[in-house]
Amino acid sequence: MNIEEIKSAITNKFSGSVIENDELSKNQIEIKGSKWLEVATFMRDNPDLSFDQLECITGVDMGEESNLQSRYNLHSMEYRHKVEIVINHDRKKPEISSVEQVWRIGDWFERETYDMFGISYKGHRDLRRILCPDDWEGWPLRKDYEGQESYHGIVVPKIKEEEEWE
Amino acid sequence: MGVLENKFQDNVVVASMDKLLGWARSTSPWYFQFGLACCAIEMMASAASRHDLERIGMMPRSSPRQADVMIVAGTVTMKMALRVKKLYEQMADPKYVISMGSCATSGGPYWQHGYHVLKGVDLVVPVDVYVPGCPPRPEALIEGLIKLQEKIQTERPLTVKPA
Repeated sequence: MNIEEIKSAITNKFSGSVIENDELSKNQIEIKGSKWLEVATFMRDNPDLSFDQLECITGVDMGEESNLQSRYNLHSMEYRHKVEIVINHDRKKPEISSVEQVWRIGDWFERETYDMFGISYKGHRDLRRILCPDDWEGWPLRKDYEGQESYHGIVVPKIKEEEEWE
Repeated sequence: MGVLENKFQDNVVVASMDKLLGWARSTSPWYFQFGLACCAIEMMASAASRHDLERIGMMPRSSPRQADVMIVAGTVTMKMALRVKKLYEQMADPKYVISMGSCATSGGPYWQHGYHVLKGVDLVVPVDVYVPGCPPRPEALIEGLIKLQEKIQTERPLTVKPA
């Protein structure tokens, strides 16, 4: 199936769940966040789509004044088609349903995205930081992240930005 | 020396106790076997057959309680820094630390933008020898270890330290 057929298959089942966005590249589909869990389950179970493999989940920070995004790379072993799902979050309260119980691999992917971007995956059974220590402050991959001044008494020296090279 | 001169057989060694202890300590500093990043590969190469650290009396030990030297081989993250400190505290005296490579010495390539990297392992444990390089070749590490041995030899464990 090509991307248009995948998109119409989702729209036929859940009308209004796909958001049209011209800025996306040709293998991406934007989905409304509130419908994501149903859409994900449908995409896995529908025999024509059969997205049985979740290759990656990652986050994107679109800028300090803009949204956060979750992105899901899906692949079908049966039909060899791929798609990237884009979901926009409100920066102040980034929340989305967890697909950890749809694709089991989502467990660690969601923990990693939570660790780096602070996106909260609702319904995840064990949402903890996975790379940073549990008592780490802040979300390191956000654009507005400021490093900690000290960690457990270890002072982090302030390093000035070097002047631009000519 | 009139009392002791020519009084011992061939198989008796006469030396000052301080020097003897320094010599004994310096010739078998067993190192603590743990690696943090790519420097660990070079450390393993140093221990393997081509460079063979055991010919200078160094042997990897997997427990801090049996080790004399801690080779901090690689990038020390903030998360690891607390553990490195704990491991150092578990080692028995006399204990020595070698900071191997740029990352352990100063943060290396993470100096400016690595939010998660400790900017030099000397912020948490005292370092005896710094080995530069990214990563240092086994020859460089062996040079550092021989420098450490020289340092241990000059120590005077029995003499009162000047205040």
